[in-house]
Amino acid sequence: MATATTQRSWYKRNEIAVTPWLFLLPGIVMFALYVIFPIFQSFWISFHQWDGLGEKTWVGLANYERLLGGDRKFETSFWNNLRWLVLYLLAIPMGLFISLFLNQKVFGIRLYKSLFFFPFVISQVVVGLVFSWFYLPGDLGLLNVVIGFFGFEPVNILGRAESATYGIIAAGLWPQTAYCMILYLTGLNSVDPEQVEAARLDGAKGHRMLWHVILPQLKPATFIAFVVTIIGALRSFDFIAVMTNGGPFGSTRVLSFYMFEESLSEFGFRMGYGAAIAVVLFFIMLGFITYFLWSMYQDEKGAR
Amino acid sequence: MNSIYKASVAALALGVASTSAFADGHTVSGELRIVSDMSNPAPRAVMEGLVADFGALNPDLNIELTIVDREAWKTQIRNSLTADAPDVVNWYAANRMGPYVEAGLFEDVSDMYEDGSLPGLDAVKGAMTLNGAQWGVPYTFYQWGIYYREDIFNELGLEEPTTMEQEMANCQVILDSGRKCYAIGTKFLWTAGGWFDYMNMRTNGFDFHMELARGEVEWTDERVVQTFENWAALIEMGAFIDDHQSYSWQEALKFMTDGDATAYLIGNFAVAPMRDAGLDDSQIDFYQFPTIADVPQGEDAPTDTFHIPAQASNKDNARAFLAYVASADVQTEINAGAALGQLPVNANSGVDADEFLEQGFDMLSNNAQGGVAQFFDRDFPAEMASVGMEGLQEFMVFPENRDDILERLEDARQRIYQ
Repeated sequence: MATATTQRSWYKRNEIAVTPWLFLLPGIVMFALYVIFPIFQSFWISFHQWDGLGEKTWVGLANYERLLGGDRKFETSFWNNLRWLVLYLLAIPMGLFISLFLNQKVFGIRLYKSLFFFPFVISQVVVGLVFSWFYLPGDLGLLNVVIGFFGFEPVNILGRAESATYGIIAAGLWPQTAYCMILYLTGLNSVDPEQVEAARLDGAKGHRMLWHVILPQLKPATFIAFVVTIIGALRSFDFIAVMTNGGPFGSTRVLSFYMFEESLSEFGFRMGYGAAIAVVLFFIMLGFITYFLWSMYQDEKGAR
Repeated sequence: MNSIYKASVAALALGVASTSAFADGHTVSGELRIVSDMSNPAPRAVMEGLVADFGALNPDLNIELTIVDREAWKTQIRNSLTADAPDVVNWYAANRMGPYVEAGLFEDVSDMYEDGSLPGLDAVKGAMTLNGAQWGVPYTFYQWGIYYREDIFNELGLEEPTTMEQEMANCQVILDSGRKCYAIGTKFLWTAGGWFDYMNMRTNGFDFHMELARGEVEWTDERVVQTFENWAALIEMGAFIDDHQSYSWQEALKFMTDGDATAYLIGNFAVAPMRDAGLDDSQIDFYQFPTIADVPQGEDAPTDTFHIPAQASNKDNARAFLAYVASADVQTEINAGAALGQLPVNANSGVDADEFLEQGFDMLSNNAQGGVAQFFDRDFPAEMASVGMEGLQEFMVFPENRDDILERLEDARQRIYQ
């Protein structure tokens, strides 16, 4: 009884300080167990040679030496990752223009909005499949039928090393544009009509209105669109697995796909090497995450 | 314990000779958990039939069968063998067993081969042997070879070729008639491995091919280059369908069924979809891959297998099931044209009266003096196979990249086999 009283009183005394931590505790435990711990585990595994079943053999930095010392698959994957990051950002202006176009009150606009949003709702795997049929070589694919109508030779987008990655990015842009569009549509709802009115009285219209009045108010939407697009570009795995399986001749690999191939695919199970790729990918992502956190911090400081 | 088990295995050996003996009381009881990768429609029916029949012979046995997707199983098997292992699993013969044998996850079943509980399996024992012991039993295998459109060959007045010169002369006639000689889909790479196996086994012989698989020969060796030169001759005359890197083997089948390509180097499993696509047996036929150099012919004949995980809890029941599956009568039944449509592994089994099974069985029994290989991705270590097949696919599209590809493969060889 006496101990119970002292315990209660200790909690009472420290309630303000302790309670937030109690609420945070489940989240912290989960985060540590499923995110922080595996990160360090990956670091540890990347210094070994390991098939996932037997004993780990310590190889020091050998995996990194091989990876960064002229592994062609790694170089291809790295440059493809950059292509994805840069070209995927096209989804932002494309989404913006579609949302400006759809931001009007005519009969049936909700239906049009839903149709534009549709590709984001269906699974990435389905989008990938649809596009790979669209690109089919010879006269099988719709794309070749269309360009054949205009007198062009048939092309094999996914079968050629030079064009395959761009073909997959184009497929990825379709749902990503829809995502950016919906972000901007909600953003446009919160544009202050009085400011637009005032700008109009001052004679602003067209692109000057867009650039100086509308866009600054859409800055939060742009930031979110940027974040989700970068994340989307790094999550290109599904499209690649469905559309080309990394081929032809390994030309469409990105780092995440290469990591999967090395460590978990049918002929993989080189866990050490896969972990080394994961670590490199982690540091690339860390760069972006740091930037986002920093700019969010700056925004909050400005708001205060 | 051991003697009881030996007795029951011996009883099973007797039972195998005449299946009815099972019913006389030499039965096993308890639990048996099977995880199978026979997920395609025909194999699935076979697997379910096997369990039902084995269950009928052993009324006190409670069998739990789980069928997983065949492709997914290739990666799931690792978890399955390490955590809560079942009693029987499916896998593949030869080097593909390697990782699990090395890690001690497959049960050594050499005793079954020694004590006579697997009569008729001597011929296939080699494919199940690693480190001097046997690690499972096979249940089916199938030949590879050239499946062709008999009706188009007749229309063009062509005969089944036996040498590469005849093959290329035929091919020129086929090309002149506006068709392609070979359908192939290399999107998933392994089909290119089949072509390499045959080109190399015919150019340099089976033994050389196995030395290459064991990493004892350099990929930049002149003899390997010769293989690729022979292959390039076919590629450069336009023998293969265009854009094959974009198709799976099933998608490429359409070229053959439409008559746009006349032949397909593939395993016997392709016959069923060809028939389903409307070709009858007067339109398709089979011939052995033609000879190039004067070497004994080696053949690809991949074998599918059953294994007992080392951590299984009902190993006696599992051994009884393995002996049952490999027994002569069961082998005849499950490999029949109406069931798996493949070749039985037991020498005492009958081959079903099927044009392709008969030809394949005859070829492998009488005309494969070089030896029988499993397949590129089963004979070569996993990493070499994946690097290799990617190079082979590239070679089939850009034969001029040969030297670069071979150097890459040689780099991989030096790293992988050290």
